[in-house]
Amino acid sequence: MTGGKDERPLTQNIRPGEEPLDIEAYLRAGGYAALRKSLRGMTPEEVIHEVTASNLRGRGGAGFPTGKKWSLQPADDDARAHKYLVVNADEMEPGTFKDRLLMEGDPHQLVEGTIVSAFAIQARVAYIFLRAEYTLASRRLQRAIDEARAKGYLGKNILGSGFDLELHLHRSAGRYICGDETAMLTALEGNRAIPRAKPPYPQISGLWGKPTVVNNVETLANVPHIVDRGAEWFRGLAHGEDGGTKIYGASGRVKHPGAWELPMGTTIREILEEHAGGMRDGYGFRALLPGGASTQFLVEKDFDIAMDFTSVEKAGSRLGTGMMIIVDDRTCPVGLLHNLQHFFAQESCGWCTPCRDGLPWVERLLAAIDAGQGEMRDLEILEMHTDFLGPGKTFCALAPGAMEPLESGLKCFREDFERHIHLKRCPWR
Amino acid sequence: MPHITIDDTDYDVTTGRNLLQACLSLGLNLPYFCWHPAMGSVGACRQCAVKQFHDKDDRHGRIVMACMVEATDGTRISIDDPEAVKFRASVVEWLMTNHPHDCPVCEEGGECHLQDMTVMTGHAYRRYRFKKRTFRNQNLGPFITHEMNRCIACYRCVRFYREYAGGRDFDVFAAHNHVYFGRHEDGVLESEFSGNLAEVCPTGVFDDKPFAKVYERKWDLRGTPSVCVHCALGCNITPNERYDTARRILNRYNSEVNGYFLCDRGRFGFDFVNSQMRLRQLLLRKDDDGEPKPATKAEVLRHLTGLLSSHKTIGIGSPRASLEANFALRELVGAERFHLGLSASEQELLALIIDILQRGPARAASLKDAERADAVLILGEDVPDTAPRLALSLRQAIRQKSLETADRMKIPRWQDAAVRNAAQQERSPLFIATPDATRLDDVATSTFRGAPTDLARLGFAVAHEIDAASPTVLDLADDIRMLARKIAEALKNAKRPLVVTGTGCTSAAMIHAAANIAWALCRGGRQGALSFAVPECNSLGLGLIGGGTLQGAFEAVERGEVDTVVVLENDLYRRAERGAVDGCLDRARHVVVIDHLMHGTARKAEIVLPAGAFTETEGTLVSNEGRAQRFFQLLVPEEDIQGSWRWLRDLLHGSGRNSGWARLDDVTAACANALPTLASIPQAAPGADFRVNGAKIRRETHRSSGRTAIHAAASVHEPKPPEDPDSPLSYTMEGYFGPMPSPLIPYFWAPSWNSVRAVNKFQDEVGGQLRGGDPGVRLIEPTFEAVPHYFEGVPEAFAQRAGEWLIVPLHEIFGSEELSRLAPAVGERVPQSYLALNSDDAVSLHIAEGAMVTVSLAGEVSHLPVKLRPDLPPGVAGMVAGLCGSTGIFLPAWGQLTTGSGAVGDEVGHHE
Repeated sequence: MTGGKDERPLTQNIRPGEEPLDIEAYLRAGGYAALRKSLRGMTPEEVIHEVTASNLRGRGGAGFPTGKKWSLQPADDDARAHKYLVVNADEMEPGTFKDRLLMEGDPHQLVEGTIVSAFAIQARVAYIFLRAEYTLASRRLQRAIDEARAKGYLGKNILGSGFDLELHLHRSAGRYICGDETAMLTALEGNRAIPRAKPPYPQISGLWGKPTVVNNVETLANVPHIVDRGAEWFRGLAHGEDGGTKIYGASGRVKHPGAWELPMGTTIREILEEHAGGMRDGYGFRALLPGGASTQFLVEKDFDIAMDFTSVEKAGSRLGTGMMIIVDDRTCPVGLLHNLQHFFAQESCGWCTPCRDGLPWVERLLAAIDAGQGEMRDLEILEMHTDFLGPGKTFCALAPGAMEPLESGLKCFREDFERHIHLKRCPWR
Repeated sequence: MPHITIDDTDYDVTTGRNLLQACLSLGLNLPYFCWHPAMGSVGACRQCAVKQFHDKDDRHGRIVMACMVEATDGTRISIDDPEAVKFRASVVEWLMTNHPHDCPVCEEGGECHLQDMTVMTGHAYRRYRFKKRTFRNQNLGPFITHEMNRCIACYRCVRFYREYAGGRDFDVFAAHNHVYFGRHEDGVLESEFSGNLAEVCPTGVFDDKPFAKVYERKWDLRGTPSVCVHCALGCNITPNERYDTARRILNRYNSEVNGYFLCDRGRFGFDFVNSQMRLRQLLLRKDDDGEPKPATKAEVLRHLTGLLSSHKTIGIGSPRASLEANFALRELVGAERFHLGLSASEQELLALIIDILQRGPARAASLKDAERADAVLILGEDVPDTAPRLALSLRQAIRQKSLETADRMKIPRWQDAAVRNAAQQERSPLFIATPDATRLDDVATSTFRGAPTDLARLGFAVAHEIDAASPTVLDLADDIRMLARKIAEALKNAKRPLVVTGTGCTSAAMIHAAANIAWALCRGGRQGALSFAVPECNSLGLGLIGGGTLQGAFEAVERGEVDTVVVLENDLYRRAERGAVDGCLDRARHVVVIDHLMHGTARKAEIVLPAGAFTETEGTLVSNEGRAQRFFQLLVPEEDIQGSWRWLRDLLHGSGRNSGWARLDDVTAACANALPTLASIPQAAPGADFRVNGAKIRRETHRSSGRTAIHAAASVHEPKPPEDPDSPLSYTMEGYFGPMPSPLIPYFWAPSWNSVRAVNKFQDEVGGQLRGGDPGVRLIEPTFEAVPHYFEGVPEAFAQRAGEWLIVPLHEIFGSEELSRLAPAVGERVPQSYLALNSDDAVSLHIAEGAMVTVSLAGEVSHLPVKLRPDLPPGVAGMVAGLCGSTGIFLPAWGQLTTGSGAVGDEVGHHE
């Protein structure tokens, strides 16, 4: 069966403003069918195969094929015996609130997805690493976990399958860097949240040095549906190659800021104009960040780009989280970039030099320009940073991510920068 | 051997190294901060960036961190690539955004790795125009300064302190560019390896605090190759001099011994050479009751001539004096009248240890061997307090298993964070059996507490489990037998098992047991190694010379066979009961003391000859490993001071005998000729005639300043530079500096490398041995095929006595050693003398922590505050060896404890 373009599996149970489904209601809505199907009738390899065939790509932002991530198995048997699944629910990307929607709106969907995925990779312990501020999600997830355990969906010998799983909800102490999977693992071990060098990849040496798979909340929320209804159905949900639906969102001065589940590959124009309702009256469109703060700006000419991993990358940006930040014509782009870089500088873990000491410099330069104290050579220094804080030069992806809006912003808003410098003040103030 | 290409030049490099190691080992200058040869790579600082190319046709390449990429066959990189060059300069530019540029007032200036790297990367022009962040600094105690504003966040301090040295009271706090390295609050750094922070830190955040008070720039400091005198491990050190005083100690790299690190006793203890207790003048007491008065050399020698020509002179040697000084004394008095100057028990144990090493198949482990041991049993020895640097090596030994795990997971051993993460808490076996808790217990597989005899019984039982032919231990409790079996299994399954014991418990049975274990392992075809902690810097050397006992000397004096006693660098009150020493010194008609410190023995002397401390003389010391190492003079002593062997030569000449000794080499050679076990000691270092291009090696740097000004206050005429007849080293900046034999390296310096990291340029490959081999010659090698009989004599199990406690010796890193406690900084760390008591025993005696008890021991009575030690076995108490109040008391011994005495503060039993 092929999925229709109007199907909304991820959000089908979500009723905004209402309590999420409890386990009985979730079961009545067809929940835990994938759990029964996989644990009773499928081998782990078959689950992995189905997920691989579905073209599900990681929804955390990097878009790594989920099935492929699960297939990377350590060679040694001892290592296979102690595996972990960690759910990355540390949603701290600015402008991003899709995982929150899923966890608050349908916690059992994530719990089920986690159990099925843990079964696929044969992990016996799983953690949900939850953003510190998500207190409502925390309460709802914990209740869902408790209900699932009471039903025998967690614990020993789940549904008589012989598969055991302990699922722990871990509330983060609150650092953006924990969104990096290796820093998350380090934090989960009780250490300072500092990323790890790769290789070794977490699949080989992850949590407590054991093989570990880290997946995003939205990624795992898709898994029950893939298992339940098949890879072909899942691929059919999307407009393009990447399978499934995607939670898209828009924030900024649009008429209806929010998040919507749409076929993967929906165009920016459709999201912006049909779902977000276009710009608020009196505000013009300037640019947008397609998937959180650490992506490159896109402009009006890019409106017909399909929001999937490949198309957005072709346009010079990244799909990222798919949660767009809209910049209007009454907001100073220099001030906006300063605000973003302030966030990134603050959230640098302090481990590697370019990020720790480069980002504060960037932040101060932007503050100086914004305050009318900029110099033309400051732009060269900013450009130098967009290069030298790039991938491979820093330890992890935090600073390269921070440089994506800056690099494109320096191009998109060059005139604005120069006006600040020449006028010696912010033209917006 | 991988073949790599760097900037279009082909090189062969060692397998398994990262690109940074490879580049540095090839002599190429590639800047770095966070990498450390002993601590591996973490990729934090991004300073060692190079451009890597996929293949010959790749013109684009990509920036990689050299320390994080393995140098595999076919690797192509460029150091000179313009982007890489620019990126490396940027790293320094970033670091400099917050660095205060206070080089003129910074102790690190002139030997600062950050300065070197800044110059190396070419960053010179400041573009950052904003405010710098500032921190509040902490008082970290007497050893280490703290100036956090200078920090460049390389994380080496915290990695060394916590991960390498196991300290817990130091960490990194906060985040982003506010990361803070220090303690959670002000206070003394607890780790006895804290001094290494001064060398580990690439800039001036952590520096040597005592040195800061007598500060000089590195280029003005004279250095000399020397050996630490504060325990028996023989760590190599570089003392520094300016204005005729010793200023500080730096680590002198020796890959077989101390590597890159020293303990704090070794680094800060040297200051005793500047102590008020130093003897600087010849003293002569003309009548029995008079005070000793300064005298001239001629006067004293004339006085002595008559005395020494008779055969009624005996000599008492010293484990803290060089082989040459002891040998010279032996020559003066004759071998049969040479006594070792050790306590009876120590002399017996030393002889036993030497016999075990000479006769048996087990090798004496170097510190490097200890670091590589993959299963360790510590029997009876409080290693962190008696042989501190060995404890640091054993802390690395427990990582052997994690290194194997890393190998299995194909994680390079140098990728430190990944190795530690993969291995987590996995450790190689380390068993610690001691009377009381030790500071290594935190990483032990299991610990066992017992009285010395019970520890020895455990040892015998382990040996028996390994080889049933070794003696059986009767009536052993089941749990102890199980433990013995577990230890035996671990040692048997290891490739490089090591047994550590020593003289700390003063137990021959313990040493027997340790030898049996190592020998049993050897008989089973394994490479069992032994490490014996012995008390002093030349204990083993003195034992190898051999001689009579102190008791023998006392008896000879008692019998009236002796007119004159010559005591060499020894306070006999630390070696024997007060009454016996008093008897000897009072009865002998003439007592001559040659030493550098005033002490009880010197106070009783008729003649005191002021000797050079280790900075003022030269000689050979034998470490616990049996490694003979030469230490060289740092400065020309003032007043009457000269090296002990020179005094003894003068006495020889004064007594009408011509030794023919003009310089140290002559004594060393005579000693080697006379004593076959010491035959190879001349090879410990090149002799005084050694020259490079006809020149001596210079002890001062080519930048040494103020030469004509230093003495100008006394005379504007520049004095003739002092000469050093005893070594191939010059005292001045004249001479050669370049590739040289490792025992002669007076300081590490190389063009562009002004910091201690210049040692890279002196090694075969970075982190490897010094070019041409590490200093020192091993005097004792095992006879691998030897099958000696096992030691019998398993002791009886310890039995508690009613109303009596077995008082065992405890050791304190700061306090137990005689010399270092005179250094003011170390003195601040010396605890009050105390009686350690099992907590349950204290409860039954109604004694609380800190309460005073009266200890009656072999007729001596001491009043001591109680320290509760939950680990001490019931019926066993402890007193700190060498601390005020316990010198001259020989432990273990049975003693009575009484409470409620009003005698608090009474000085009875305090000898100093």
